[in-house]
Parts: sequence; C-alpha cells; structure tokens
Amino acid sequence: MTTAHPTSAQPNAVRPRRRALAPLEPVRAQSRWLLGIGFFILFVAVWAFFTLGGYVSPTFLASPVTMVQEAVLLFTEFNFIHDIGMTIWRVLAGFILATLIAVPLGIAMGAHKGVEAFLEPFVSFCRYLPASAFIPLLILWAGIGELQKVLVIFIGSVFQIVLMVAVSVGAARRDLVEAAYTLGANPAGIVKRVLIPGAAPEIAEILRLVLGWAWTYVIVAELIGSSSGIGHMITDSQALLNTGQIIFGIIVIGLIGLVSDFAFKALNRRLFAWSSL
Amino acid sequence: MSSQLSIQGVSRVFTSPKGQKTQALTPVDFEVRENDFVTILGPSGCGKSTLLRIVAGLDQPSTGQVLLDGAPVQGPGADRGMVFQSYTLFPWLTIEQNIRFGLRERGMPEREQKERTDDFIAKVGLRGFEQHFPKQLSGGMQQRTAIARALANDPKILLLDEPFGALDNQTRVLMQELLLGIWESAQKTVLFVTHDIDEAIFMANRVAVFSARPGRIKTELAVDFPHPRHYTIKTSPEFMDLKARLTEEIRAEAMAADAH
Repeated sequence: MTTAHPTSAQPNAVRPRRRALAPLEPVRAQSRWLLGIGFFILFVAVWAFFTLGGYVSPTFLASPVTMVQEAVLLFTEFNFIHDIGMTIWRVLAGFILATLIAVPLGIAMGAHKGVEAFLEPFVSFCRYLPASAFIPLLILWAGIGELQKVLVIFIGSVFQIVLMVAVSVGAARRDLVEAAYTLGANPAGIVKRVLIPGAAPEIAEILRLVLGWAWTYVIVAELIGSSSGIGHMITDSQALLNTGQIIFGIIVIGLIGLVSDFAFKALNRRLFAWSSL
Repeated sequence: MSSQLSIQGVSRVFTSPKGQKTQALTPVDFEVRENDFVTILGPSGCGKSTLLRIVAGLDQPSTGQVLLDGAPVQGPGADRGMVFQSYTLFPWLTIEQNIRFGLRERGMPEREQKERTDDFIAKVGLRGFEQHFPKQLSGGMQQRTAIARALANDPKILLLDEPFGALDNQTRVLMQELLLGIWESAQKTVLFVTHDIDEAIFMANRVAVFSARPGRIKTELAVDFPHPRHYTIKTSPEFMDLKARLTEEIRAEAMAADAH
C-alpha cells in the first residue's frame, strides 16, 4: 500500500505545511542563528539611524562610528586591555572564593536538616543585603585596593550560591536515596554518591547564573574608588562626556559575559551529558 | 522448617500532620523460609508495600519486629536487596556503574566487581548496553538493570515492590520469565509484592493474600507447579482454578476498599 503515506519520499508527496507561527513549534538551527544575529543588526541600525541622522545630540549619544574610533583609541592609547584583564581577574577571584565556601556549605545545608535550620534564616537574610551597599563599609575595612573589589563580588555571590545549592541538594529524589540505602550505602555514601552527583548539573547551572550576576557587581565596585578596570574607565569617560567609550565599555562587559556564559554552558553539557538525555 | 525471615506482630499506624491516625497494617505475623518465592497479593492501598518497606528497613513498624536470620531489622542494609516500582537507577551512572554501585560501596576489589557485574549483565541480557545511561534504555531494560543491581550485591533476601507494574503487558510477561529463570538457577529468598493475580501465581511457591486497609494477611495459598515453569502453564486448568479462587478473594477486598 503506497497511497497511505503522504509524507514518504515520493516526488510529488504532500509536505506537511510548516506552521512557523504555531506555539511551541521548533525553529531550525540555522534560522535560530539568523534570527539571533538579526536583532543585533536591527539594534545597531536603529542606533546608527538616530545618531548619524542627527536626531540625537552627539554629546548624549555617540554614533556607532565614533564608538569604533574611540574603541581603537582605548586599546592603542589607554591600555584598555589591562583594564579588561583587571576586571576579569576581580570577577574570577571573588566568584571562585564564593564558590569554594558556598558550595560545600550549601551541600551540608541541603543534606542535613539540622544544619539547614541553623543557617538558613541567617543566609536568607543576608542574600537581601545589596552588595553595593557594602562598598562604603568595605572601603573602610579593606581600603580601595583589590581586596575590596573582590569582597564586593564575594558578598554578592556567596549567599545566593549557598541557598540555591541547598535547595537543589535538598530536592534529591527520595527513591534514589532509598535505593542506595538498600544497596548498603551509609549516610556519608548517600551524600557523596547520591546527593552530590544528582545535584551536580543543577549546581553547575547555579554557578553559571551567579557568575552572570558577578559581572554586574564588579562594575559597581569599580565605579567607586578604583584606578583600573572597565568600570573605572566608564567613570573616567563620564567626566569627559565621552559616550563612545562608555558604550564601548558596556559592550565589552556584555561580550565577556556572553562568552563566559557560552563556555560555562558548553562545559556543563560536556560534564553532565547524562542530565540532558 | 527453619524460617529465614520472620515478621512478628508488625503493624503500622501513620499519623498525619494534623494528628489524624490511619492504620495501614494490623499486626501481621508471617514466616518466609529460605529460598521461598512468596508473592504478596492485594488491592492497591492495602498496606502490602508498607510491609515490604518495613522489611527493607525503609519504614519503622509501630509495633512488632522483623527478624532476618534471627537478628532484628533496624534499618536498611545490603542483606535485603530491593527493586522498586519506580525507575530508581542512578541517572548519572552507566548501566555497568549502576550494577556496581553496591559492590563499590562495600569496597570489593576492582577485579571482583568487574567479574560480578559482567556476570549479571549477561544474566539479565544487557550485553552491549553496559555503557548506556538509564534514560537511553526502555522501561523493561531499566528494571532488568535494577534486578541485576540488587542481585549483584548477593542479598539474603530480594524484595520486589510491583517491579513490573509500570511495564506493558508483553514486557511484563517476559520479565516474569526472566526473574523466575534467575531464581530457578540461583536459589534466593524472594518477597514479591503485586496486585496482578497471574503474576502472583506464576512466580510464587506461596501466595499471601492481603485484605483491604487496614491490611492483614487474609489467606495463604501454596502453588505447587513444578519448576522450571513455562508461560504455557498460565492456560492450564490448575492455574485457572487457582486464579478463580484468588480472583474471588481479591474482588471481595477490592470492593471492601472501595466502600471506604
């Protein structure tokens, strides 16, 4: 019976009509890229139209062309690459420090309800303290050196990571825990070989999310009392009304964030292939 | 006859957060001899899984005690292997690593682990799937792995809580034959909870029929079909007779449960 298969490879077979506007209909990988890049192009086009067309005063908003010129100047004259390096270093230092302390603490809280009862209320309180509000205090304590910047990022990240890790570990599947017990696992084995590996992909996703937030804290930290970094460059440019440099600085932050996010995502997919099966 | 597993006056009362008490099990006395294959048959919600969980040490009885080889059960342990109805393979471990889990936990030498694991992979027919992750396998294959994982640990008794309940009928029948085949070749004490009458008769030496909640053992029935059993016995007159009897028993209980 060949008549019953309209989708088989006959030359004049009826192709199912593509319903691009239907909800939840998947998009092809190629179209996905084109659409994503398309918006960037549209955005720059609108920006160029208003600035180059003279609708906006160049004092308030530089054109894309000016921005590119300023960008070249930043790298050739002002050693901007050093600022970028400093910013990345601060983010990583604060973030890694927070991770090293927060992940084990979060696991302990998620695994042991007593530890959770002891720490959870305090950590929940701390997570709502804005990291930027600590800057004056941190300057008082740690001066305006590197330690102060790293501490801002640390404070901004550590409580968030603790709480989210605790939740993800605590949400472990009970039936897997029970299965492990009937296979002879002891409490330490449950934590090490069931709770941690089970929560690992989610912990990695939490870290990816918090790293994104850390980028916003670092700029705030660098806006005040700093002599290097992307945030410092932005404050300097503000004093000179150089909007081209400010915009370029913001774009650089966005690009670094995007790259680190992609790298993190790719790493997670590799490390935890099982979780996306 | 010495019994290996002795359930003595075990009852279970659940207390809701509001303080409301529900009697899930009325005191149950039950003996299981070594190498027995006992099925516990009952309508859903009758407390048969609760009893199995108490034997496994995953739940505590409100009264009474469970003795395994004379020693009271105080918590879960490797001497009572368990296969659950839900798929409980560790999704981050491969099939081979899943089967190894208990052996590794026990600190068995690497080579011995490998030998035992390979042996059980072959027994449940999963050669070639060692490096797959559970999610890449069908439900039947996952439960086969779960059986292998429990047996590789060499427990004194194997507890199964409706292990084939989520499988389609054809797969279920094949799994029954596979498990029975393993039991016939490597003697093992088995306690198997099910609500499927065919399954209860086909697998067992002895069927214990549970009453509706609050659960208790209502009838015990010996099943004397010779081993090895072939699925064709399911259509024999003797099988039909047993099935008719058990159907009546269960029907009465299911109706009683429904009336609550």
